[in-house]
Amino acid sequence: MGIYSCIGKNLQEVKESLYAGKSGIIFDQNRKDFGYRSCLTGWVEEPNLKAQLSRRERISIGEEGAYAYTATIEALKNAKIDQEFLDANDVGILYGNDSTARSVVESVDKIREKKDTTLVGSGAIFKAMNSSVTMNLATLFKLKGINFTISAACASGSHAVGMAYYLIKSGLQDCIISGGAQEINEFAMGSFDGLGVFSTHTDPTKASRPFDQNRDGLVPSGGAATIIVESYESAIKRGAPILGEIIGYGFSSNGDHISTPNVEGPAKAMKMALKQANLNPSEVDYVNAHATSTLAGDANEALAIAEVFGDKGPLVSSTKSMTGHECWMAGASEVIYSMLMMEHSFVAPNINLETPDEAAKKLNLVNKTLNKKIDVFLSNSFGFGGTNSALIIKKCKQ
Amino acid sequence: MNKDLIVEKINYFLVDEFEVETESIEPKANLKETLELDSLDFVDLVVAVEANFGVKLTGEDFLNVITLQDFYDLIEARMA
Repeated sequence: MGIYSCIGKNLQEVKESLYAGKSGIIFDQNRKDFGYRSCLTGWVEEPNLKAQLSRRERISIGEEGAYAYTATIEALKNAKIDQEFLDANDVGILYGNDSTARSVVESVDKIREKKDTTLVGSGAIFKAMNSSVTMNLATLFKLKGINFTISAACASGSHAVGMAYYLIKSGLQDCIISGGAQEINEFAMGSFDGLGVFSTHTDPTKASRPFDQNRDGLVPSGGAATIIVESYESAIKRGAPILGEIIGYGFSSNGDHISTPNVEGPAKAMKMALKQANLNPSEVDYVNAHATSTLAGDANEALAIAEVFGDKGPLVSSTKSMTGHECWMAGASEVIYSMLMMEHSFVAPNINLETPDEAAKKLNLVNKTLNKKIDVFLSNSFGFGGTNSALIIKKCKQ
Repeated sequence: MNKDLIVEKINYFLVDEFEVETESIEPKANLKETLELDSLDFVDLVVAVEANFGVKLTGEDFLNVITLQDFYDLIEARMA
């Protein structure tokens, strides 16, 4: 695994932030100047890749690609994968991403100004396409397996991990670099802010408060998270540490409103994942909720979790209370957050949860760090258009 | 713009933007080999020339450009 996020630039930093309940949310003056209603965001600086990549490589990689590259370098190292292994095996890439707004805006602005498409430069197209992350990483790491981007709004990263799992399980691939990336800039989230669903809380660190009755919206965020998904045999053969085993990937589509989530769709995805994992609901120790801190979304997810697991079921928290909503990245990053909790035997808190709302009272919510052994967790991710994904991962006993 | 300034500007962006080693830059150096240019890089050369000299070139303008000296001469001719 590897991560580059607003609560840490590597696994160690992220683990410490999760344990400490540290928020990565800031006030962004650029958003104020740009006309945003809410100026809060999770923030991490864009990595400077000058030392690692050539000019040709750098000019084709956008902001989200730079995050993804950095997270992937850490993931490959931790998985004991070097270039020799990548050259000798058909390693694939399935990564979640659903926008490249800054690259698109900057290139179109340049063409408008110059009235000449050549003057946009050679890197613009490779930064502006939605598959920017996978096309760049597949080239940089010389990958020869499956190679495409999964766009499924805020469930993109989760579906990427799930699809990687299915391909490994089917025997079509042995090793896939999966994950999710999310750009952080004022161009990316303006239209989302326009819906009035972002928090306008005055204290950035208190703004993201999933399940709290005084929540007033989500806080956008970003970065990238990479998870190496591979067959047991492939990992053993290389002597790689096996951090966990994916045992369920449930999915569904709400067939309902474009932005308002419902209860049935998420519940269906969770039930599908449980059935696939051959688990009773009581065997899940922890649920990392999708809960973004919106009124309807959190309440409906709470009802869905309660429907699947019963009242006061497994421990539940939303790490978005610390990270904000990492959107296209979230499904992958939240698997990593949960994996870190499982590895280090704790449940990260749902910070800012002071007064659970009516629906959330049905859940066994954790609002303070809990030292607790976790063997199995479920991670929820939902997105616009009613796309739902639920992943179940268990500790691997080697 | 005199020729010395043209040469200075070209050399500067070759080093600064295209990351060409300073010691590789000499008038007789083969442009493709020195810059390790591929078709995409020619697009960026057009961008750099426009930004530095306000001259719009096309890929075809580079057809007869073999050495750095040819490149200097091309810009000088277009600036005249």
